[in-house]
Amino acid sequence: MEYNNREPVIVVENLLAAYDENVILRDVSFRVARGELLAIVGGSGCGKSTLLKYMIGLYRARRGRVVINGVDIMSADEDILNQQRLGIGVLFQSNALIGSMTLAENISLPLKEHTDLEPEFISRIVRMKLGMVHLAGYENHQPSELSGGMKKRAGFARAMAMDPTILFFDEPSAGLDPVTAAELYELIQSMNRDMRTTIIIVTHDLNLVFAVADRVIMLDAEKQGIIAEGSPLALREWEDDHRVYDFFNRRKTRHP
Amino acid sequence: MTVTISGRLSISSVRSFLADTKTLFDTASPSALTVDVTDLKSIDSAGALAMLELEERARKASLPVSYTGMSHEVRSVMDLIDRKALAHPPIHPEKTVSSFFEGVGEGCVDLYRDFVAVMTFLGDLIITLGRSFAHPRSVRWSEVTFYMKKAGIEALPIVGLISVLIGLIIAFMSSLQLKQFGANMYVAALVGISIVKELGPMMTAIIVAGRSGSAFAAEIGTMMVNEEVDALVTMGFNPIQFLAVPKVMAAMVVVPLLTLYAMMFGILGGLVVGVTGLDLTLYTYLNQTFENIHLRDLITSLVKSGVFAALIAGIGCQRGFQVSGGAEAVGEATTSAVVSAIFLIVAADSAFAVVLHYL
Ligand SMILES: Nc1ncnc2c1ncn2[C@@H]1O[C@H](COP(=O)(O)OP(=O)(O)OP(=O)(O)O)[C@@H](O)[C@H]1O
Ligand SMILES: [Mg+2]
Repeated sequence: MEYNNREPVIVVENLLAAYDENVILRDVSFRVARGELLAIVGGSGCGKSTLLKYMIGLYRARRGRVVINGVDIMSADEDILNQQRLGIGVLFQSNALIGSMTLAENISLPLKEHTDLEPEFISRIVRMKLGMVHLAGYENHQPSELSGGMKKRAGFARAMAMDPTILFFDEPSAGLDPVTAAELYELIQSMNRDMRTTIIIVTHDLNLVFAVADRVIMLDAEKQGIIAEGSPLALREWEDDHRVYDFFNRRKTRHP
Repeated sequence: MTVTISGRLSISSVRSFLADTKTLFDTASPSALTVDVTDLKSIDSAGALAMLELEERARKASLPVSYTGMSHEVRSVMDLIDRKALAHPPIHPEKTVSSFFEGVGEGCVDLYRDFVAVMTFLGDLIITLGRSFAHPRSVRWSEVTFYMKKAGIEALPIVGLISVLIGLIIAFMSSLQLKQFGANMYVAALVGISIVKELGPMMTAIIVAGRSGSAFAAEIGTMMVNEEVDALVTMGFNPIQFLAVPKVMAAMVVVPLLTLYAMMFGILGGLVVGVTGLDLTLYTYLNQTFENIHLRDLITSLVKSGVFAALIAGIGCQRGFQVSGGAEAVGEATTSAVVSAIFLIVAADSAFAVVLHYL
């Protein structure tokens, strides 16, 4: 599919991502079109999660812009930002389920706060979402009573709770067995194709990338930025940069 | 010169190997070194590192080194070591011990930053509290009752016990002096006034700081570490409203009540000493007590303890939100929450003393 001419939902421009004086990424620019499924890949520690947190407005950049649905979230005030956040779902790398709440409470949290749906209907939504990630019946479990992969799926269900138009997933398939992972790929694909959700996935799971991604951005720690951008197949054939080629062909980097 | 290494070179035997290499280079001065490893059966990474060390020493003495009989396994283990990584300087420079004056300077800067951070947070907290009172539906009342139980009801035994003991001690110690002048009567007033005006609010606040201020910091700090607070923000919640407001509200309700309770138990402690040890009747003791406690003192004390409560809960939450990094940062936050809370309690108490004096 070709997304270049469609209207962009997310525009990142010359973004500088840093923790205090420690610069992680500089001068990062890219766009995400409506309905696109973008994968952000790169080696461990290259700044994928950091970039994601900038994109959802958790950090304010010293330089550069992030525009979502036409709103510059780096300079927007808190109320406008919160308005934007209603249309965004996020799965964090550490799941970030609220430890003192059950799964049902976790998932219904945004629904209770931001909608005026009846409590019964909300609990039906919770059941539905738990069913989608194969956790039916786990409503009253605390996160601490779940395995790592189950927590990941619960986090996934919470990210989808509000049926957001933009979803961010940080390592959605980490810690899942092959069968569950394959089911998750299908779910992601269906949300993207059938519900037209714009999805940004941070991952180093190549199976996931090849299964679902329309386009891939590869970050690199040394370059502190994007080293390649294109379709998964194009990046697998990428000859200009051995780091890209090696990554997509699962090879060890040769030291010249 | 040929050195023969045989058997197994592992982490349990490298120590003697390294000692041997050292003596070798101290005693002999060969012109070339051949290392025979034909009989080296197995090697682990510590052993491989020790062999590299041998090479290094030889290179420093500008000796050429060659190996004979190196098996495929030994070669592979040696290749596991990334020689460049051994020489790689740490990315974060090691924290050097700074001079005394640098230390003082840094301390002052940190103190100033901390002051600004606390003030900013308290400002945000007050605004959010105000908004909560204007929109009571936005408050999570179930959380408020939960923390009232945690910080209030569960503190009853310890607050009661400590207050009785303090009442006993004050009555007993002061009676030793007052007895000499036959002024036993005044013990009741002394206990009553000191408990109601100072010790009741202060002791209660310190106990609550230790029990609940630290718990608030630990709870929020852990949520920071687990990205739970980030998740709340992305779900459109205001973390101060969601996490801090219920705690502060609960504390502000519960601490004055606890203080009242502490006062009763403190007076009870004094009464026990008065009636059993000083030949005062129950009636005289209580009469003396109530004659000397004024309603105004009681009310200012309760107001004071409400302020203490806000400070304890506020600083506890602030220290929690300040956490970044891992579990050890949570530990630091809890310690700092208690220490700062006690400091703020004493500072606020002094301020109250001065202001009330002129009112
Ligand atoms: N809270 C933080 N404070 C300071 N530095 C941080 C913080 N979080 C991450 N970093 C640094 O930022 C860099 C990028 O981290 P990030 O978590 O974005 O990596 P990542 O690409 O998501 O890696 P992974 O694939 O392992 O999750 C790392 O070098 C890390 O040391
Ligand atoms: Mg990450």
